Amino acid sequence: MLSRRFGDFATAEDAVQEALLAAATQWPVDGLPDNPRGWLVQVAYRRMIELVRAEAARRDREDRAARREGDDRRTAPPADEALATDRDDTLVLLFLCCHPTLSTASAIALTLRAVGGLSTAEIARAFLVPEATMAQRISRAKQRIRASGLPFRMPDEEERQDRLATVLHVLYLIFTEGHTASLGADLRRVDLSEEAIRLTRAMHALLPDDSEVAGLLALMLLTDARAAARTGPSGELISLADQDRGRWDAAAIAEGTTLVTRAMARGPVGPYQLQAAIAALHDEAPTAAATDWPQILALYQVLERLSGNPVVSLNRAVATAMVHGPAAGLDALAALDADPRLAGHHRLDAARAHLYEMAGDRERAVTHYRAAAGGTTSLPEQRYLTMRAARLATLGAPS
Amino acid sequence: MKYMLLMQFSAAGTDFPSIDTWTPEEIQAHIGFMIETNGKLAADGELVQAEGLAGPQQARIVRAGAGGAPVVTEGPFAETKEFLAGWWIVDCETPERAVEIAAHISTAPGPGGRPLNMPIEVHPVMSAPPQEM
Repeated sequence: MLSRRFGDFATAEDAVQEALLAAATQWPVDGLPDNPRGWLVQVAYRRMIELVRAEAARRDREDRAARREGDDRRTAPPADEALATDRDDTLVLLFLCCHPTLSTASAIALTLRAVGGLSTAEIARAFLVPEATMAQRISRAKQRIRASGLPFRMPDEEERQDRLATVLHVLYLIFTEGHTASLGADLRRVDLSEEAIRLTRAMHALLPDDSEVAGLLALMLLTDARAAARTGPSGELISLADQDRGRWDAAAIAEGTTLVTRAMARGPVGPYQLQAAIAALHDEAPTAAATDWPQILALYQVLERLSGNPVVSLNRAVATAMVHGPAAGLDALAALDADPRLAGHHRLDAARAHLYEMAGDRERAVTHYRAAAGGTTSLPEQRYLTMRAARLATLGAPS
Repeated sequence: MKYMLLMQFSAAGTDFPSIDTWTPEEIQAHIGFMIETNGKLAADGELVQAEGLAGPQQARIVRAGAGGAPVVTEGPFAETKEFLAGWWIVDCETPERAVEIAAHISTAPGPGGRPLNMPIEVHPVMSAPPQEM
């Protein structure tokens, strides 16, 4: 509300924080006001006015205010617009926090702080960096938004799809970052995957007709449904094929499947829906052997055409192996060697190792598992790949 | 992505006299450079940790002996050829940025205010989320 009224996101956030601080000190003494939200808004509003008045350069301020003023501020809003405004404010805030001028790390931090409402200390712990460093990252991001003179308003229609894609990407990165936390000693008190799901759910409520927002929410639910089975007692990774499917979250699978089915029927179909549909096919298989690989392969082929992402091509090659045998999969992988984006990438080695293992070529499988282990920057992956190589090498050794 | 930058001194890899032969001004300039560098990294939201290590005279190499009891097998090192002088852990967007930071640290001033161009090792820290296998 304040960001919208004053067009100054950073100062508005400071004002709100001060209002919350006032509430934390006054409410326990004076009792809860009749209208806590109204009380907070009023205190923040007053503080905001003080902060704005304190700003030294008046002319500079007026300049910036004029630039920030949304077109819709020049005419009085209709009386029944209050709800729509609240809804739009959250969206506009998301668009601002995930602006392409910000680095990915800054966008993630700012989104968690300003939209997710996490404290700087919580975000710092989640990413295992000092609180002062995270505070600087957030304050830098705010400065950058201020300096670029971005208006606090909804992006234009033509810009909106691109900007929405950036928002979804940031939410997805927050979600995958959460997978680091679920492994080994958990020092992080905030579950980033849960937080990403909460934010995406809120976004889905704001844009119920957007099929990719629904697709992303479905993808998160269908992936998170396997979280409990994904790691063993000492935090070791368990491959999809070896997971105890009884530990998958049936409610999350049902919700994700319904979401993605509806979204794809409505269209337009995008990468998140396709990935969610693939996740749903894995989740619906009662055993690894019962997985509908032909359908997964078909979805990867569509996804490959749509996204042009080499990692998708890699997954498509693995699906090819599951349908047409390891030799066909290895041929598909060989075609990817020329892609500079994948050259020397550990995931290419990991996929190749897996297919050689399928083909019964233990020696090559061990070589590629070891190469993949040397190339990854994820500790659980490194342990998994090293262990896989060791097991195969032991099997292969003459006894 | 996090990177560990190691300031590893070795008799072979460096061509400047040890710091105990520098003038106070030269030492002051060196320390000032390090403080400024850390301040900049902190202000950019990239600094995770930076530590200097005590000299090799105070370092030990320890192995477990019978029953797990510590056995000091080497050190203190009076005349060591190689030692770790300090490290940084930075959290930055790209590997190129980590290399850039390392190159900057390498220019820390030494005798006569000239850049030392000391070798800085850059190691990615295992901090990425795992992919489903």
